[in-house]
Amino acid sequence: MAVNITNGPDVCLHAEKISKIYPGTKALDEVSFNVYKGKVNVLIGENGAGKSTLMKIIAGIEQESEGELFMGEEKVHFDDVTEAREHGIGIIHQELNLFPNLAVYQNIFMAKERKKGSVGLDNEYHIKETKRIMEKLQHPLDPHTIVGDLRVGQQQMIEIARNLIQDDLKILIMDEPTSSLSEQEVQVLFKIMRELTAEGISIVYISHRLEEIMQIGDYVTVLRDGKLVDSAAVEDIDISWIVQKMVGKGKSYPKRDGDIDWSSRETVLEVKDLSLPKKGGGWLLDKVSFKLKKGEILGIYGLMGAGRTEIFECIMGLRPEHTGEVILNGETLNIKSITEQIDRGFALIPEDRQREGLVQTMDIGKNLSLSSLKNYAKGIFLKSKEEEANIDKIIDEIHIKVADKRLPILSLSGGNQQKVVIGKGIMTNPKILLLDEPSRGIDIGAKTDVFEIMNHFADAGLSLLVVSSELEEIKSIADRIIVLSNGIKTAELAGDEITEDRLVMASYEGHNSGKKN
Amino acid sequence: MFKDKTSMMMTLLKGRTLIVLVLLLIFFSVANDNFLSTNTLLLLAKHVALYGILAIGMTYVIITGGIDLSVGAVVGLAGMIAGGMLQNGVTLQFAGVTLYFSVPLVVILTIIVGAFIGWLNGIIITKFGVAPFIATLGTMYMARGWAMLHSNGATYSSLAGNEALGNTGFSFFGSRIAEIPVGALILVVIAIIAHILLKKTVFGWHIFAIGGNEKAAKLSGVKVDKVKILVYIFSAVCAAIVGLITASQLEAAHPATGETWEMNAIAAAVLGGTSMAGGIGTIGGTIVGAFVIGVISDGMVMCGVSEFWQMIIKGLVIILAVIIDQFQRNMEAKMALQARNESKD
Repeated sequence: MAVNITNGPDVCLHAEKISKIYPGTKALDEVSFNVYKGKVNVLIGENGAGKSTLMKIIAGIEQESEGELFMGEEKVHFDDVTEAREHGIGIIHQELNLFPNLAVYQNIFMAKERKKGSVGLDNEYHIKETKRIMEKLQHPLDPHTIVGDLRVGQQQMIEIARNLIQDDLKILIMDEPTSSLSEQEVQVLFKIMRELTAEGISIVYISHRLEEIMQIGDYVTVLRDGKLVDSAAVEDIDISWIVQKMVGKGKSYPKRDGDIDWSSRETVLEVKDLSLPKKGGGWLLDKVSFKLKKGEILGIYGLMGAGRTEIFECIMGLRPEHTGEVILNGETLNIKSITEQIDRGFALIPEDRQREGLVQTMDIGKNLSLSSLKNYAKGIFLKSKEEEANIDKIIDEIHIKVADKRLPILSLSGGNQQKVVIGKGIMTNPKILLLDEPSRGIDIGAKTDVFEIMNHFADAGLSLLVVSSELEEIKSIADRIIVLSNGIKTAELAGDEITEDRLVMASYEGHNSGKKN
Repeated sequence: MFKDKTSMMMTLLKGRTLIVLVLLLIFFSVANDNFLSTNTLLLLAKHVALYGILAIGMTYVIITGGIDLSVGAVVGLAGMIAGGMLQNGVTLQFAGVTLYFSVPLVVILTIIVGAFIGWLNGIIITKFGVAPFIATLGTMYMARGWAMLHSNGATYSSLAGNEALGNTGFSFFGSRIAEIPVGALILVVIAIIAHILLKKTVFGWHIFAIGGNEKAAKLSGVKVDKVKILVYIFSAVCAAIVGLITASQLEAAHPATGETWEMNAIAAAVLGGTSMAGGIGTIGGTIVGAFVIGVISDGMVMCGVSEFWQMIIKGLVIILAVIIDQFQRNMEAKMALQARNESKD
């Protein structure tokens, strides 16, 4: 079933045992990859599997640490994007890189302007070419339209057009291009992709949507933890093959005790019909309900954009426009502000440690006590001794490795920084802890530590809600898992029901039911 | 070996403004025999008090990651409000009476007007999401306009008050107690309060947290809007106090008083190590910064350097200070990373 990844006449670009080493981690480990001429080459894998890194190396954004790239028989190496472009390689990023303040033709010819004389711009040519290309893409647009006024789908077309103005385009890399498109726009995109491949252009396609891969892909390559798992022609495989390869087996984490009878435990938190409207129609959350018991770890699994983080934002008071009920210990809450929610016993460990978790200019101790400072206030003054004692206690309790708590927070390793963010939440004496991707960007050892901390506090009677997009992790850490897909709760699994196949399948279900109507 | 060298270098870097101040004092005392006299220094303190108090408020604002351009205008406005009340009283048209307030009441009312401008700044910045630079630029023009309107651009020149009306005593703020200018004493009091507030209270740490990472502060439960509004009020109150002292020192209130003083306040804060990016700063540093600016101005005046050269030199000093500041931060970041790598091994 698997195909042999060797260079050949039908291969446009061949990557031979590419490795990429970042300080502390190996993002890619001897990955070989073929881009077949005139085909749609799909790359798939969990978040952090190394897909984007591989694409960045091929597009010249990052450079390989080891390994070689070939185009035909010629060995190539790209120091930057411009060099990759000269070899006919273009990339469309997941987040669009457009200038919303400028017109369509200006966007398309940005940094590729044709000049009239020595300084003047040949806008006549720009506009004429823009019209030609947009017609070719079946998206006739006035070249003077301001890009910020266009729908996301149309903006995506502009990104494609930018890559097409060079006649020598050989490879077009598309990083999750459909994540923000409507079903209709997706079909238009697929049509264009087929036209491009018919012209001999090779496409590298990254997507999380499995059905799409079956529909548009020619070859599939699966990555996991920076390693190549398998590669196959799409005609030879099915969705369950992909799921099986993506999931793999391996890592072991501290496991939860499966023998607890949860039905007799008291319910601490109940969420009923939680809904959150999306700007421009639709729902980010669509009537999501769940219960959380005392001492329980409830996992929330789903793909990016499924609505996981939004649940936390609603509960913490960051989304006042939400509807539905949040009931804490039998009392329906009127959620107004995050400060109030913290006082009620909620603590949030945000997903992005650097942007949302830490105050980089403050030392380790102050980062720990930031959320609970007012507990140590007498009048307006801080009772430093009590504060210090509590900081020391938490450092000890969750084993943060610090030489001195007055050192800058950035002197800690990623894993210890994450423990500080968790410690900050714990120091508010919460009843419910909300953790958003608590193991993101930390090494295996620190991950295990973080999970042990979670177990420790769950055993002590805290209730935890955990968002994770890593299957192995969420399986081992959660007592029960709800799956979100496209804002809809598609499954609730406990005990033996929790299998990776079911989790993955459920995480795609919402897209089908949502798109068809 | 290297480590000792770096830590020594860091100590020198951290104390650099103080070192510069000492060097300046030595330089000017050599250049002019009269410089290191009690009289000169007291005069220096009187000048520095004005910039210093403004700079304290500015330091709070800059630590939150903002800026307050309106303080100079508030100085002018405060003088005019107080001057108007002392000279002409407040006329109530409907009742046909003119009220005269005692000096303490005038001071309180003036500070309330200042606080109002600060509150306005805070509301515009937090509730309407206007960038602090623009918001306070707007209120700067408005406060200056209000000051001009107050007297139609004229100066209030009789602030002595009238025994019969019970509003004498305003000259106190421009006077001296045991030879020490009252302004300088007020600076000391405000500096101590501001320092304690910043270092020893929840409010103070929340100011640092907002400037260091506003998003993280918010998610940690810090009431970001409330703290910011209070900080802008604090800055404007400092400016109103400076307005009162200035009017009292000059025994007159002129609507153009305080023009471009906000720049001196920013300069003092930055010289004192306050980071324009927010999250870093101390009151002690700011006071030293204010003295550096004061010594440069007064010293050069005494040495007969023209005002135009003074401006050029002041500008150079500020830019140099920020370059060194940048250097220090890079070094600190490097040291933090080094510590991180060492702990890993």
